[in-house]
Amino acid sequence: MANSAQPINKGLALAGSAAVLAVALLVLLPVAALFARADGMGGINSYGWSVIRFTIFQAALSALISVLLAIPVARALARRQFFGRGFVLSLMGAPFLLPSIVAVFGLLAIWGRSGIFSDILARFGAGPLDIYGLSGILLAHVFFNFPLVVRMILQAWDAVPVEHFRLAAQLNMGPRAIFRLIEIPLLRGVVPSALLVVFLLCMTSFAVVLALGGGPKATTIELAIYQALRFEFDLSTAAMLALVQFALCISVAVLALKATRSAGFGGGLIMVQNRWDKTKILLWQDSILIALSLVFVAMPLIAIVFRGLKGLVSGIPAGLLQALITSLIIALTSAMLAITLALILAHFIQYLRGKSGQALEVFAFLTLAASPFVIGTGLFIVINPFVDPFKLALPITALVNAAITLPLALRIFLPCLARINENYGQVASNIGLSGWSRFRILTWPQMRREIGFATGIAAALSMGDLGVITLFAPPDIATLPLLMYRLMGSYQTEAAALVALILVASSFLLFWLFDNGGRHGNHP
Amino acid sequence: MAITLENLKLQQGDFTLTADIKINANQTTAIIGPSGGGKSTLLLLIAGFIQPDRGKIILQGKDVTKIEPARRPLTMLFQENNLFPHLSVFQNTALGVDPNLKLSKTDRQNVKTALERVGLETHLNTLPAKLSGGQRQRVAIARALLRKRPILLLDEPFAALGPALRHEMLDLVENIRSSQDAALLLITHNPDDARRIAPETIVVADGNVSKPAPTAPLLDTPPIALARYLGSPYLQSS
Repeated sequence: MANSAQPINKGLALAGSAAVLAVALLVLLPVAALFARADGMGGINSYGWSVIRFTIFQAALSALISVLLAIPVARALARRQFFGRGFVLSLMGAPFLLPSIVAVFGLLAIWGRSGIFSDILARFGAGPLDIYGLSGILLAHVFFNFPLVVRMILQAWDAVPVEHFRLAAQLNMGPRAIFRLIEIPLLRGVVPSALLVVFLLCMTSFAVVLALGGGPKATTIELAIYQALRFEFDLSTAAMLALVQFALCISVAVLALKATRSAGFGGGLIMVQNRWDKTKILLWQDSILIALSLVFVAMPLIAIVFRGLKGLVSGIPAGLLQALITSLIIALTSAMLAITLALILAHFIQYLRGKSGQALEVFAFLTLAASPFVIGTGLFIVINPFVDPFKLALPITALVNAAITLPLALRIFLPCLARINENYGQVASNIGLSGWSRFRILTWPQMRREIGFATGIAAALSMGDLGVITLFAPPDIATLPLLMYRLMGSYQTEAAALVALILVASSFLLFWLFDNGGRHGNHP
Repeated sequence: MAITLENLKLQQGDFTLTADIKINANQTTAIIGPSGGGKSTLLLLIAGFIQPDRGKIILQGKDVTKIEPARRPLTMLFQENNLFPHLSVFQNTALGVDPNLKLSKTDRQNVKTALERVGLETHLNTLPAKLSGGQRQRVAIARALLRKRPILLLDEPFAALGPALRHEMLDLVENIRSSQDAALLLITHNPDDARRIAPETIVVADGNVSKPAPTAPLLDTPPIALARYLGSPYLQSS
């Protein structure tokens, strides 16, 4: 370790090993429990197989549609400067943080049976739209992921040197030559990883399918696990399905990891590239594309705000305050846990370097493959013989949420830490800056922006998560998303609308607080 | 006159650039001055990548102020990223003939001749990543050679090279310039470069663009802005 920029540090090694152990326990123990409990692949009946097929089918279709729509919109946004462009870009970041059950609620308000479009259609004597089933699942998944892919592609655009666009202008390249020489190579870099990331997210999406899917034609593995555990208490079927899910996701995660080693999830200063190949037709095409995507993303958000305010009239639903407090505690606990673990792991990976560092990095990312339901089902099986799992609903939810956001945080921290060590590592070692003081004096000021951003994401995602809590929660305990889902289930739409608004507001507020906290007082 | 800048003004936040100068055709003119003084901005204005707030840019007797970069009679070489990383040396050069890379037999021969001139005829199918920094800029020079524009703008393309290699490249560029009777505008931070190939030099500091002056006397007894940039021996002599 003679040429390591980071000096040998016993404290770090100890903390790092402890963090690795914690993550391993959190992921491997439940998976081991699943293996012990499952009865082999023979246990999957024809229903199980159709569920598996549907899961892959909807995820693939969602990924394909999201990426195909995102490419022209990202191109349009990359080459146009207009008033409100920054707002459109921020709006594209909103669905990623939007609690999925709230998004479903907003989408129903626009596209549902009694939504705006059905009302318009009714005037022309056409039947109402029905978005339950595959179409609704696709709609929701595209709503979440199309803006995410737009941002991923725009970030790739950002990395194109400005000279290349100037060169294109000087050499008189038309839109077609620019597409071939600049855009295709750029897309080739980002599209495979975007496809895989969206596929993975849609494989493991639960709340959307819970609310819009169901029945033999639209049930995913996660939903089937939920049904097996919650309604039939069939542990072995649940365990088997969870194992299948784990195997599928880990294969996709490995591919995704190969396809991309540094793609981020938002953030970044997205500059407009000044271009000179502006024709009238292109201008119209771009304007229409941008306007349509703006409407597509903004309409459900506006509907949520409007219906939520209207819901105020019907009074505050019972248990709202308690659910809000519970959700906040879960969000903050799991965010702190995830960020602490991610920080320790990131330092440990940097410190190890070489083969072992890479192996650890891969391992940490693969926790992404263990979906909340895989971990949740496993934990259920582990705990069941000792304690009533329903009594531990909240700690388990916080723990699982932390495990899920950990890889995201790590993905944000690692490139940043690598940059800090590359730029200042030798100077720091030279003046003997190490251990805690190195973190305090060098790393923290250089990284607080990323730490704030990651904490914001982790807290907001955890706040809005409707996943494992549905497995464990007894009727008298609820988080905000669960309360909202229960209200929707009992057709108390106005009350659900109010909860939706409060949930969105508190998730976005959490994100804003941390993200903003990280930005301010930043290093110059 | 190759280049005339009339009452040119550009405002970018706190920074203001003004220029009112004429630059000779058929010779090399060096641009020297401190970083952030406006040297690159000046070239970007001339090339049409930035629009001035007022004033005129006249190239070869024609007002091009409102004309897009492709239709201006010039080629600009950037400090870096002159090449597309996924295209070969041959393709990157051939972009100078046709950006859609549809080449006739004569075109192909011309591309090869240009690459021979810069000494890269054995690297036709090499990708930029496999080239040294100097070789990469040679490809860009070959492309400029093919485009045969009467004005060449060079934004410190050799700054990262060692002295011997830099001199070699400067001589190559000067050689190409004189064979095409072109005007060459060269940004450099090295006074020796200016002395080597530029009969006249422009000082750009704090957004002020001075008129071209004969290089040797200018550097021997520099005005105060230039003396501050060049360092103490010059400060004493002025």
